[in-house]
Amino acid sequence: MEKASTIIFIVFAAAAVLSALNILLQRNPLYSALSLIVTLLSLSALYLTLHAEFIAVIQIVVYAGAIMVLFIFVIMLLNVPAAQPQIEKQKGLRYLAIPFAGVLIAETFYVVLSIGKRSMPSIPVGTEAQAVGTTWSIGTSLFTDYLLPFEVTSVLILMAVVGAMVLARREGD
Amino acid sequence: MVPLSWYLAVSALLFTIGAVGVFIKRNAIAIFLCIELMLNAVNLTLVSLSGFFGDVGGQLFVFIVMTVAAAEAAVGLAIIISIFRNRESLNVDEVDTLKL
Repeated sequence: MEKASTIIFIVFAAAAVLSALNILLQRNPLYSALSLIVTLLSLSALYLTLHAEFIAVIQIVVYAGAIMVLFIFVIMLLNVPAAQPQIEKQKGLRYLAIPFAGVLIAETFYVVLSIGKRSMPSIPVGTEAQAVGTTWSIGTSLFTDYLLPFEVTSVLILMAVVGAMVLARREGD
Repeated sequence: MVPLSWYLAVSALLFTIGAVGVFIKRNAIAIFLCIELMLNAVNLTLVSLSGFFGDVGGQLFVFIVMTVAAAEAAVGLAIIISIFRNRESLNVDEVDTLKL
């Protein structure tokens, strides 16, 4: 059990990171989008190992399903030719990158070392049906403690719908 | 069980890849995909810390981040369509009207 969960983590973490790297390597945005879908599915598997079942399902349905289909639809609609490599404009900036990357790596090491080897509790907190991560617990908190953010989100979506319609409309329609 | 720091390391890697992508990509849609990748890296951090502390708040935050990402995708892709309609290109170097 101990070993199995580690292997599952390593497989899906590697899949997520490698397909994320593939997003950068592809010149055609369509292949980048397909690669991002692989990353999203691997992340969904990682959420399952963290006992976040509801978020894992939502990740597949909403993210890999709805949002990525929208992306691929737009990519195919526009049919943009693949990007060509370009000559760098400001060569001096690349030497600034090294000290900044050094600071970032030092910060990361500090955080990882100070966290140490703590790991997840193997059984989720609470009883089986009310454990953190189930639809029950998320639904209960969403409609009690977090009701205001939930309602504000619906206003945000309404604004996004109106905004998208206004932006994508042709002039003079 | 897998240590918490492994999850955070994967999340940091994904975020870095996304950030690098925003800098090196020239196609507006590819940049947008990298932004989505960064959002997902942060979601992984939130879910792993939520599981670690046994607090459901982190997962609710992920839920709201996903909603915001959906809204962002709708508006962003609408902007990309209107840019393409006006300029026949998605290269961000050619869309520099707001540049000083």
